[in-house]
Amino acid sequence: MYPLESQSLSLGYDRQLIIDRLNLQIPEAQITVFVGSNGCGKSTLLKSFARLLNPQHGSVLLEGRDIHSQPTRQVARKLAILPQGPSAPEGLTVSQLVRQGRYPHQSWLQQWSEEDEKVVKKALEDTDLTALMHQSVDSLSGGQRQRAWIAMTLAQDTNTLLLDEPTTYLDLTHQIEVLDLLYDLNRRERKTIVMVLHDLNLACRYAHHIVAVNNKSVYAQGTPEEVVTEKTVRDVFQLGCRVIRDPLFGTPICIPFGKGRRLTVEQEDHEEAIA
Amino acid sequence: MDKLLTLRTSVVSIQLNSVTLKMLGTLLIGTLAIALMSLSAGSQWLNPIEVVKELLLSEPGQHAFVIETLRLPRVVTGFLVGGALAVSGLILQSLVRNPLASPDIIGITSGASAAAVFFLSYLAETVSALWLPFAAILGAALTSLIIYLLAWRQGVTPLRLILIGIGLVAGLGAMTTFMIVLSPIATSMMAYVWLTGSIYGSDWQDVTALLPWLLVLLPLSLMLSRTINVQELGDPVTVGLGVQVQRTRFVLLAISVALAGSAVAYAGAIGFVGLIAPHIARQLVPRSFGSLAPASLLIGGCLVVVADTIGRTAFLPLDVPAGVFVSAVGAPFFIYLLYRQHR
Repeated sequence: MYPLESQSLSLGYDRQLIIDRLNLQIPEAQITVFVGSNGCGKSTLLKSFARLLNPQHGSVLLEGRDIHSQPTRQVARKLAILPQGPSAPEGLTVSQLVRQGRYPHQSWLQQWSEEDEKVVKKALEDTDLTALMHQSVDSLSGGQRQRAWIAMTLAQDTNTLLLDEPTTYLDLTHQIEVLDLLYDLNRRERKTIVMVLHDLNLACRYAHHIVAVNNKSVYAQGTPEEVVTEKTVRDVFQLGCRVIRDPLFGTPICIPFGKGRRLTVEQEDHEEAIA
Repeated sequence: MDKLLTLRTSVVSIQLNSVTLKMLGTLLIGTLAIALMSLSAGSQWLNPIEVVKELLLSEPGQHAFVIETLRLPRVVTGFLVGGALAVSGLILQSLVRNPLASPDIIGITSGASAAAVFFLSYLAETVSALWLPFAAILGAALTSLIIYLLAWRQGVTPLRLILIGIGLVAGLGAMTTFMIVLSPIATSMMAYVWLTGSIYGSDWQDVTALLPWLLVLLPLSLMLSRTINVQELGDPVTVGLGVQVQRTRFVLLAISVALAGSAVAYAGAIGFVGLIAPHIARQLVPRSFGSLAPASLLIGGCLVVVADTIGRTAFLPLDVPAGVFVSAVGAPFFIYLLYRQHR
């Protein structure tokens, strides 16, 4: 049984079809990253896995059962989501935000159990925010703010976590900070993490499983080493490139062709041969 | 740092904020002081100690009529009206995630106004004036329902709610003015006082009519307070946390309409209370609905009682509608808020 899978899933807005009869399985306890060009439907696909979008046809299964047939509270105990660019109300503190993550576990009689307290404490520790817990979310830096939202999803205490472009608007330092955090969570807690990332090279470094979305379906999926090839990048992103190995991590790195200041001459012939 | 008090048994667990409790205690004392002041003030000034004696004694004393028949119901009505409007505004502001929202934007005030003026202009001669509050509630509910239905497009988003609300409110305003212009001068005067908002001549009947609404709706909204907090984080996060967004939104809107609608029905269009009271509350207590609602209730209630007390004493023998003084404070405050948000 997969934590999440789609069966003959079709998605779209109004009459425009964005995903056409897709069967896709998300591997358990791994980091899966959706990549693809702008507007290819990778965010739409993630939204439907998060039950934010109803399928036009087919279904999404969460732990083997149709996600829309399960009570939404129950789903919220298995699956946490972090949408793109969430915004907190003015003046809300980090600890107040993180506490909201306990919502699906509470009732109006049981508003603050020992379990709630324990999990929130741990979420703040895991995201290294304990020292900042009384600050308001809008006073934090971009990276800290994103960590606070991730802490809220951790307080939800789910096995699966979906994130839509968690590194957008962050500078490189904070992108690494956020991705390192997610990587640790996956390793330590065996959480299944599914996210959309724009940066192909970072995707190759952090993902166990890459899904390249193109033309209403999945073009290729597998380990980054299998998927991210010059051919995939050309077909999916319409971009000529060379794929080399990261000198530090050994993961694939995509170097796009195009213009720019050229300080070497040796690659020129090769590039023209491909183009 | 806020000190948190945690209460836990096998069935119940709840956490209370000590800052909230202290502040609510202070507000409660303030409310009682304001009520006492309001009972003492008037064309006949009474000694507050005499007032307390009168209230505590079982047999009526020499000021029984002034205090218990004239002033007390007016003070209680004012408090209930202000409190209901304040909580209604608080719910709406959190619902549309905009601190500038008030019961006006979803047409409660303008709907009630249009219905009340229609009643005064065309039905007052044939139907008893006792039905005026019902006409107003009906107008408020109908207008909100129309706004809600027009805003529906695979669910209702706060932005569409506001935009359609603004459009409909403008249309209703024009209709109200049109009816006032066409009606005879005596009716226009009555309509005008109603539109400004006044609790002039409130009696115990008004209190008993208003109180049940609050007794049902306030606990209900407090029971939903966790959901209200969560839905302030935006629709996708709210869904992610397991809230049925559209159902919750409808219920909250209905509570808000009922609270403001019943208040407006008995006091007329006392506009700004629903906007200001939650803002003052936010300066005083931590940002969670469970703390903000009781604080807003007390502040809103006090605002109307104070405005009404000034209204009936400052220009004796004239009785100036409470709405005038609420707006006199509210309008500059509203501009200040816009100014601060802009920066």
